Amino acid sequence: MKTARETSATGHHQAWAPILEVSLREVFEMMLSSELKDADRAQDGPMDMTSMVGLAGQLCGVLSIQCSQEAAKLMASKMLGIEPQQVGPELCDAFGEICNMVAGNFKNKISGLGNGCILSVPTVISGNDYSLHSSADSDTLEIRMAFEGNSIVTSLRVQA
Amino acid sequence: MNSIQALIVDDSAVMRKIVERAVRQAGIELSKVFEAGNGVEALAVLAENPVDLILCDINMPVMDGLEFVKQLSGVANAKQAAVVMITTEGSESHVVQAISLGAKGYIRKPFTPDQVREHIVPLLTVKA
Repeated sequence: MKTARETSATGHHQAWAPILEVSLREVFEMMLSSELKDADRAQDGPMDMTSMVGLAGQLCGVLSIQCSQEAAKLMASKMLGIEPQQVGPELCDAFGEICNMVAGNFKNKISGLGNGCILSVPTVISGNDYSLHSSADSDTLEIRMAFEGNSIVTSLRVQA
Repeated sequence: MNSIQALIVDDSAVMRKIVERAVRQAGIELSKVFEAGNGVEALAVLAENPVDLILCDINMPVMDGLEFVKQLSGVANAKQAAVVMITTEGSESHVVQAISLGAKGYIRKPFTPDQVREHIVPLLTVKA
């Protein structure tokens, strides 16, 4: 697996950045038949869709994926095998499931977390006029990548 | 392999569609697909319809997948069904629990049609 050009990490969990990236890539390759590219291949656009999944137990935190609504529609269309313009109410369900699968795939790759960490149901936010404050943001991993030319940002905020 | 009737249980409608598509892409011919959003809905489906294959998530509201599988032993229309768990919840304890309750297989999300074929086809072949 390639390493994303724009990966940032703070705190004690920097070693997890490649694992998070592989988890993300696998979900897109296996469920969307889409290969994520380096972040410099993406166009800047409004990051107006956010999906989040909480982690609790041995690892407490929040995993989120941000992208434009267009990109989220494209993800849903690829998951369902339909055209982007045909995507309707299933948009949030699909986008939330992607985040859920990335979180699950990630925790299953970390030794000891498979049994010791549970996931919340996904939450999806439309719009970008908000600030996210979490008690679980002492350590943050952030990966920026390109999905079909669209920028996507995956963040893992961990309560240290 | 004969055409089979399947029940897909997942609280995500999108995931139910994806699972159905993956099963068809795996070359498994489905004559009828029933859907349910949780264990209670799935038991209601089974009260009226026999199925050959049950594909079930674990983390669901109302009644989760493990409780649903536990209750299947008393359901006549599920007696011949192969039960396979499909979930992001890949913990070893859940796998062991699901198998001990009667599930015949376990597929982690994300998955490919090849993985679906690998896990499900042998179960249906044995049945035939």
